[in-house]
Amino acid sequence: MKDPSEALHSAPVDPMTTHPVTVRKVIWENDDTFTLTLDMNEAFEKFSFLPGQFNMLYVFGVGEAAISISSDPVKINTIEHTIHRVGTVTAALAHMKKGNVIGVRGPYGAGWNLDAAKGKDVCIATGGIGLAPLRPVIYSLLKNRDDYGRIVILYGGRSPLDLLFRVELEKWEDEENIEVLVTVDRADSSWKGHIGVVTSLLSYIKLDTRNTIAYVCGPEIMMKYTIDELVRRGLSDEQVFLSMERNMKCAVGFCGHCQYGPTFICKDGPVFPLPRIRSLLDRKEL
Amino acid sequence: MEKENLTDLLKQHPFLHNVSDEHMQTLIGCASNVRFPDNAYLIREGELANKFFLIRTGRVALEIDVPGKAVLRIQTAGPGEVLGWSWLISPYRWHFSGVAVMDTRAIALDAECLRNKCETDPAFGYEMLKRLALVMEKRLEATRLQLLDLYDMTPSGATS
Repeated sequence: MKDPSEALHSAPVDPMTTHPVTVRKVIWENDDTFTLTLDMNEAFEKFSFLPGQFNMLYVFGVGEAAISISSDPVKINTIEHTIHRVGTVTAALAHMKKGNVIGVRGPYGAGWNLDAAKGKDVCIATGGIGLAPLRPVIYSLLKNRDDYGRIVILYGGRSPLDLLFRVELEKWEDEENIEVLVTVDRADSSWKGHIGVVTSLLSYIKLDTRNTIAYVCGPEIMMKYTIDELVRRGLSDEQVFLSMERNMKCAVGFCGHCQYGPTFICKDGPVFPLPRIRSLLDRKEL
Repeated sequence: MEKENLTDLLKQHPFLHNVSDEHMQTLIGCASNVRFPDNAYLIREGELANKFFLIRTGRVALEIDVPGKAVLRIQTAGPGEVLGWSWLISPYRWHFSGVAVMDTRAIALDAECLRNKCETDPAFGYEMLKRLALVMEKRLEATRLQLLDLYDMTPSGATS
């Protein structure tokens, strides 16, 4: 686990400067989600990031998008971004091939507080593309396995074909003292796993509620119900961290696009301890 | 199975958490211990709903047969959960099929036996209904969430 200040020091001096970075690999995870592997050596002398941080990826002539880093924080020569194709920039990123160059600036934002989970059990609850920003967390937990107790990963997707990182999910399941429960909203008869919303998986596990830290990431409505269920099961707000998402433009809290009540998602988040934004979660039009 | 063992199994099931001894005795008269291998059907759409299952281990998938399409699995029930409430609601026909997707053990409660006891002992009937209503409420909430198609949602304002 890196010192947060170390990651900040690795950020570009001018936070608005984009660096040209070469695409090393593109892997399609499902029909509309892909992972870009970027070669960081040429552009950054020493790039490092914290799990949960994001970069601004720039497709020249098209625009920028804020994308979480989804790779192992220890591997800094190449980094990965897992991207859901939803708009113009991400559609352009989807057309990238090995050798293409895109612009990168970052890393930005506050990452997951892994220190809070030291000596405790960890419950990771995620859905859809939400697994991507939590993947570096899982790598970090596994690298420092002795620092943490039992790890539970709860992951929900639309259908079996939509699930991300399926090979890794199976691999993580084989690790000692880790439970991986995956559920989908619907499936055909070839699927033998759970079917139902991700919150339903909580009924199959027993949490040591006084000694568990939960990291939650996914669509906001999913996070809302997951938090409700975690709290109903005995976790306090202080034990829950979540990653928020809004349309980010500058990534450094200047432009105000991602203002969320008194906070900026890009600068103060995207990861927040639940108490900090609890009162904002149910507020409409925020 | 010994009656004593069946009592233990019933007591351990979350659906019957803190049920009174009197009601437990009522239930035991309707209960049997059952096991279904992988791919065995517990219930079939359209057939008489003559059992109520308390799942102990394994997993059961609820299926809908969509004409002209492959069978669709819409929900699973696992350890500690129950399968089916059509046994309580006239005309007592299953609306879905339920297939074991792994070796599954359950307590089967005979539907006719249960209905009779619910009719003759209103306190027992009300207790069963309250517990089933909780299950229904959870399932309804889960179904509503599934209808939202959560994972296809992009964050508000996200256009990039």
